[in-house]
Amino acid sequence: MSSGEKYVAAAYGVVLLTLLVYVAIIAAKLARLERETAELAELARRREAKQPADG
Amino acid sequence: MPALALGAAALMGLAVVFAFFVAPQDADQGISQRIFYFHVPIALTAYACFGWGALKALLLLWRKDERYDLESYVAIHQGTIFGALTLATGSIWAKASWGHWWLWSENQLVLFLVLFLFYSAYFMLRFSIEEGPRRANISAVYALFGVVLIPVSFLAIRLAENVIHPTVFTREGPQMTGTMFLAFCVAWVGITTLAYTLYRVELSGKRLDSNLRDLREALGG
Repeated sequence: MSSGEKYVAAAYGVVLLTLLVYVAIIAAKLARLERETAELAELARRREAKQPADG
Repeated sequence: MPALALGAAALMGLAVVFAFFVAPQDADQGISQRIFYFHVPIALTAYACFGWGALKALLLLWRKDERYDLESYVAIHQGTIFGALTLATGSIWAKASWGHWWLWSENQLVLFLVLFLFYSAYFMLRFSIEEGPRRANISAVYALFGVVLIPVSFLAIRLAENVIHPTVFTREGPQMTGTMFLAFCVAWVGITTLAYTLYRVELSGKRLDSNLRDLREALGG
């Protein structure tokens, strides 16, 4: 591999790596939002189940 | 949104094919010139993102609609990512072509760095203020100030007298062959579509996060 080819590979590699890191961050965030949604749904269900007994 | 993401991925793949297999080898710079097909569109996308962020900031100040604050923030965040990529790919290309990672004497490079650092400081300012209308307004004013740097940075290369940085687009048109210009256009469309997809994904995530926070408060969880 010539030095020119190494620089081209490095430049395109940086772009690819940044994109992969970005997608990984978004995926982690999505997982957190999914977990929070499930927690809130559970909280809402518990509230609903509790309400007839209170009322 | 999945269609948009698929389109962006397909266009990016096509851009790589055009950059490596369709565009001819540059007689002067050799293979290192192929960095141009991603470096320049990434830089133009960074400018577009900062400009979009400033436009949304203007709309926030004008219409007083909170949703523009988040849109402006996400656009500037995208611009900073693409700005960092511009500096990284440009530096690699500079090393390959000029033998230097960075030249402080080059106005184009220094002005782009100033623009990048200006918008990086936007996040420090934004997160040092408590969430609310005050933060949104101050962030919007700051984003609007930065937009002045975009034409200055873009025109610096044309106004400077002693430059090493190549000027590919002149008043006579693009200084490259038709196939090279086609490869550049494909890469530009691909990267712009990618940036727009990432903008939409990040914006949806932020809105969802905000809605969940409101819901948690309403449920007292």
